[in-house]
Amino acid sequence: MNDLDLRNDLRIERLAKSYGPEATVLEGLDLTVPGGALAALLGPSGCGKTTLLRIVAGFLDADAGTVAVGGRTLVGPGVHLPPERRRIGIVPQEGALFPHLSVARNVAFGLTGLDRGERYYRTEEMLDLVGLAGYGDRMPHELSGGQQQRIALARALAPRPALVLLDEPFNALDSALRAGVRADVRAALRATGATALLVTHDQQEALSTADLVAVVRQGRIAQCDTPQNLYRRPADPWVAGFVGDAVLLPGAVANGGSTATTSLGNVALTNPPDGRSTGTVVLRPEQLRLVDPATAEAVRGKVTDVCFYGHDAKVSVAVRGLGDPVDVRVSGAVSIDPGEETGIRVTGEATFHP
Amino acid sequence: MNPTAVDTTESAARPAGAPAPAGRRRVPTTRGAPPGSGRRPPLVLLVPACVAALFALLPLGYLAVRALERGPGYAWDVVADERTLQLLSRSLGLTAVVVAACLVLGVSLAWLTVRTALPGARAWSVLATLPLAVPSYVAAFTWLAAAPENAGFAGAALALTLVSFPYVHLPVAAALRGIDPAQEEAARSLGHGPWRTFLRVTLPQLRPAAAGGALLVALYVLSDFGAVSLMRYDTFTRAIHTSYRASFDRTPAAALSVVLVVMTVALVAAEARTRGRAGHARTGAGTARPAAPIPLGRWRIAALAWCATVVAVAVAFPLGTLGYWLAVGSSAIWDLGDLARTAWTTLGVAAAGAALTTLLALPVGVIAARHRGRGVRLLEQAAYAGHALPGITVALSLVFFAVRYAYPLYQQLPLLVCAYAVLFLPVAVAATRAAVLQAPPVLEDVARSLGRSPISVLREVTVPLAAPGVAAGAALTFVVCMKELPATLLLRPTGMDTLATRLWTETGAGSFAAAAPYAAALILLAAIPSYLLGRHRT
Repeated sequence: MNDLDLRNDLRIERLAKSYGPEATVLEGLDLTVPGGALAALLGPSGCGKTTLLRIVAGFLDADAGTVAVGGRTLVGPGVHLPPERRRIGIVPQEGALFPHLSVARNVAFGLTGLDRGERYYRTEEMLDLVGLAGYGDRMPHELSGGQQQRIALARALAPRPALVLLDEPFNALDSALRAGVRADVRAALRATGATALLVTHDQQEALSTADLVAVVRQGRIAQCDTPQNLYRRPADPWVAGFVGDAVLLPGAVANGGSTATTSLGNVALTNPPDGRSTGTVVLRPEQLRLVDPATAEAVRGKVTDVCFYGHDAKVSVAVRGLGDPVDVRVSGAVSIDPGEETGIRVTGEATFHP
Repeated sequence: MNPTAVDTTESAARPAGAPAPAGRRRVPTTRGAPPGSGRRPPLVLLVPACVAALFALLPLGYLAVRALERGPGYAWDVVADERTLQLLSRSLGLTAVVVAACLVLGVSLAWLTVRTALPGARAWSVLATLPLAVPSYVAAFTWLAAAPENAGFAGAALALTLVSFPYVHLPVAAALRGIDPAQEEAARSLGHGPWRTFLRVTLPQLRPAAAGGALLVALYVLSDFGAVSLMRYDTFTRAIHTSYRASFDRTPAAALSVVLVVMTVALVAAEARTRGRAGHARTGAGTARPAAPIPLGRWRIAALAWCATVVAVAVAFPLGTLGYWLAVGSSAIWDLGDLARTAWTTLGVAAAGAALTTLLALPVGVIAARHRGRGVRLLEQAAYAGHALPGITVALSLVFFAVRYAYPLYQQLPLLVCAYAVLFLPVAVAATRAAVLQAPPVLEDVARSLGRSPISVLREVTVPLAAPGVAAGAALTFVVCMKELPATLLLRPTGMDTLATRLWTETGAGSFAAAAPYAAALILLAAIPSYLLGRHRT
């Protein structure tokens, strides 16, 4: 049931917004989301992601820049389409269902151009889509938090919007519910083929839910990539640390750019650096392995701390030549204690940042 | 009593000219900029809101014009004589005594009922708010009816203190409940005894609440007409009334009114300043754990006696006197038909007043809740002008205006209804604004994103959600209109009486038995909406 053609791409160019001379929120932000994709906007609080969302939805005026969906300019020089004419659905935090209307009337709220029968049919279809068929006569307060959130999505999708904006929609749910609702929302968005922009500050959520993750830092996109690429090839050490645990090592380029020399030995690089030959080498803790200290190519260190998480554990190891201990992720049983000697071996490739 | 219920009772008995405590509070939005900020309110709201604001400012502006009509010199001559000075000292003296007495009563009762192990603390707390339902002229009536020699300064001070001390009691009790007991525990653990802890930790935190309450009392006293006129104690309001009735030269009345308005405006400004500081003085949002009640020990009997005395004098005595005179007068003097007619007229006038006020308040309240900026602030402040205007000055200015520009309205019902709207617009605006703020703005965003224009959003989302609160505000306005005295006296059509004016006339003539049924009917009729409001909120 693809309601939308895949040409509903979101294109944001040089978007700027400030609340005063000292309070610049967005400084020339560029972002493109292909039609039908679910993109996550990931950033620390105060980075401007909510401001961006409100500008796209039409609740806030931008100072400069353009926003277009499917080639239709919504925001631009001399253009500011009011929210009701943008065909953009929003799913706010905590759902924000109209408390004075039944579930069915909430879902049907945006279906103004249809006659009664069509409206009824579309409402039922949407309730079915989010797995809440038969809930139409209930009032919002009679639903659980997760159900309210799914109704909010049904309400946003019902008028076949060109784009759906989700503003930290899973925040209010407790963690046990969150994964389930997240999967349902993703499935419903997939089923309708709607382009969607999900705002979140939870990197796990962004990486596991989205097709594309845009990391926002101080009013600009620091990196926009697939979850895999973002994690494996972060654009800089800050992004690396923001989307997951990172091991940052000072290193010098060797072998014509294919490897770097670090305190953990020679590490293969994904990106041959041009220009500077010293910089930061970024690895993930799961790329490090604990080995017998006697192993030939292993670097030796001393365990300082062991944190057990259940599905895996993090072992901190002090290595000579490094100020801070490096973290090693170990899956399964941990048979090592603080104070013991160990060897470390690096697997896979690292990124290099001059 | 929970805070909303407190607010209800308090506002239900708010006198003309006393600000709504919830009036100018800014409720922070959860995140980001508020919706509509940086955007002009839609014209459908802006135009009627501006009309309402102009309407509220009209009397004030016209009063100034009228007072200066014969040149500032003449007005100055009228104002700067010995009599004005005398009135000034009498008004200020009465205000000072009543405020001091209210502080003693209000703070002591609040502390006893909130923080100590006083037996029946809750019941005492509720009883101590009841005097708010008694209009000042009813209190004055009961004291005069019990002993006519009460008339004068002492009687006026007594009657006004006993109806207005809850204005101190309520905010101080709320502040006491809000203080984190951990602070007092910390002070005790640092070696301070209970008394020093109260003086050095608790009392400083109560200061803003007590000051705010004291200023409300001061405004009440300055703008009061009923009690001082029945007690025959000359203050500005009574002098204005007399001067208006006695002479064809209206300039003296206008000039005196301007002096009175200047005084009340200065008080409101002072009150706004303490409120601003009160906001900074508080940290954290209330307390998760209620404080352990302080044992009273051998002071228990004394504390109980104190509470019992206050309640007896402020509640039991007026009711008792009223009952006595109802019994004495009984059918001999009662004219049931006349009573019913007067009650019916009162209800009709109050309903018209509440309807017009609510209608005018709606656009202002919505804009005040949803938009920001200088223009919006000005608009809101204009609508709150009634806060600072004693009923008598509003009435006077409308009389002037009608005589000059709208003679057919002079001494006609519409003019009286307009006076109610000017006086009580703040009550209705505060209620509307609070009701709209309760509806999350994100709902309006969602409605816009689903294709609704701003007007449809207003009609389909904002108004239905705010309706209960707006209705509560209308009921509140209805009650205060019903109890209004000075403006009604000046503006009522010839031959028309409300319960309040009738009560005033009969008491003034010393026929207490004839006045009693009107007082009883007024209290009963005002109690019904107040009761419904209390139930609605809880």
